[in-house]
Amino acid sequence: MSSSSPATAVPHDGTDAEARPLAAAEPTILGLPVSFWPRILAPIVVGILVLGLWEFAVRWNEVPSYVLPGPLLVGQTLIADWGTLSASLWITLRITFMALAAAVIVGVALAVLFTQSKWLEMALLPYAVILQVTPIVAIAPLIIIWAGDINLSLLICAWIVAFFPILSNTILGLNSADHNLINFFQLHGATRWQTLRYLKLPAALPYFLAGLKISGGLALIGAVVAEFVAGTGGSESGLAYRILEAGYQLKIPRVFAALLMISLSGIAIFLATSLLSHLLLRRWHESALKREN
Amino acid sequence: MDTAYLSTHPEEAGKESGRPLVSIRRVSKQFANGTIAVRDVDLDLGTGEFVSLLGPSGCGKSTLLRMVAGLGSPSSGTIAWPGTGENKAGRDLGFVFQDPTLMPWANALANVMLPLTLKHVPRREAEERAAEMLALVGLKGFEKSYPRELSGGMKMRVSIARALVMRPKILLMDEPFAALDEITRHRLNDDLLNLWWRERFTAVFVTHSVFESVYLSQRIVVMAARPGRVMADLDVSAPYPRDELFRTSAEYAHLCRLASGKLKEAIGA
Repeated sequence: MSSSSPATAVPHDGTDAEARPLAAAEPTILGLPVSFWPRILAPIVVGILVLGLWEFAVRWNEVPSYVLPGPLLVGQTLIADWGTLSASLWITLRITFMALAAAVIVGVALAVLFTQSKWLEMALLPYAVILQVTPIVAIAPLIIIWAGDINLSLLICAWIVAFFPILSNTILGLNSADHNLINFFQLHGATRWQTLRYLKLPAALPYFLAGLKISGGLALIGAVVAEFVAGTGGSESGLAYRILEAGYQLKIPRVFAALLMISLSGIAIFLATSLLSHLLLRRWHESALKREN
Repeated sequence: MDTAYLSTHPEEAGKESGRPLVSIRRVSKQFANGTIAVRDVDLDLGTGEFVSLLGPSGCGKSTLLRMVAGLGSPSSGTIAWPGTGENKAGRDLGFVFQDPTLMPWANALANVMLPLTLKHVPRREAEERAAEMLALVGLKGFEKSYPRELSGGMKMRVSIARALVMRPKILLMDEPFAALDEITRHRLNDDLLNLWWRERFTAVFVTHSVFESVYLSQRIVVMAARPGRVMADLDVSAPYPRDELFRTSAEYAHLCRLASGKLKEAIGA
């Protein structure tokens, strides 16, 4: 419970506010509650152990670096090739974020349209499902031929993969507004637009954010898969192409370095969307509330 | 809460005019699945009256209340508003559901402001009126609290404030305190009576509690189930203000016995 909440200063005004329990403050280390630290430390300890074992196994068995490089070598490669790799990472991330933005805009817009008109939903939703269930690897070559421009086709591929969770979650959210609240809006003569703005959109927010969390990761996967299929060379290519290229040249440490960058990017996207979700929902939604029991 | 009562009682104003606020004539409601929820109900609701609709579950009291509100229309019969010259109460109507039905993403003030926001009342004015209403239901200082930070009773207070913020002519309540504990319910009953006295709205209170209906109302309409219909129309002549003393009086006990008897008849019939 936040310190600004009136729970910490309950007035004796005859309401049943007086019966509410006061939140006890937990001791903190470096600004974080004590009970929070194991959640950070436990995975770090596991990670260090696994990396140490990996390095040890590679050295002990004298595994050549083109079969399995040790984590230290991967780290060194990452630093040495940072110039090329970071440029490629930037290209991949640009596609990812553009695709995610397009997925949000189209997904939310379609969801709103569908809830305003059942006919539109019946007519169009099956096609959205078809887009979702068709493997992107299978249609990427077609999209690349049709779109002409390589960046545009990468964007379309990543968008197709990313937009469905946002669409379906937002539809679910828009339809899950409290029925009595809808009645209340009716009683007060609310217009369609007012009901959407003040009731359905806020009610859909937690669902939309859950979709966004899934779509963030999917947009990155979509971008990487599309790059693999497109296989463009030259300076303007993303991380997936760097992996292909390094694979052909048996520069396996570089493959690992690029993979590491993709994984870290995915984790960063997940953390960012989780943080956004927490910030937007922490005051009111069940999913973001801390419970004593 | 303010204990300085007004000298003229709302009931007198209503009875003088002689014209009911709501006139329900031969109203029946049959649902799509064939269930007859309400059959041939004739009922007048006088201006300024406090009326309880008392009955077992399934007697159609909530259905009747929702039809009066305009949520769903009768299968046959009419609900007229002779007092307003319209056939709908429109903005002059406040509704309190069994659950607080608040928007969880909005704080108490924003929840109470909702009816004003929907009517495009300027923000500053809406905030002032909502804050005033919150103070009136005993929640001054909780404007910025979110529903999940409030207890069940406090949420119900916010819900009542929201229903009254447009200063409606009539307040319709659908078992609003059924989910609350006894002590909170008694307190809310008292505060509701005070509000009714000050604001002079017509109150229609749906309940299945004999004690609550006797304590609150001037008139108890007892309903029977399957199909829902009016069984009895009791006058509760005890004067206001009513308080704990009334709850322990012989008159109260007598009235409860009377209403209980009618309710038993309604269930048995």
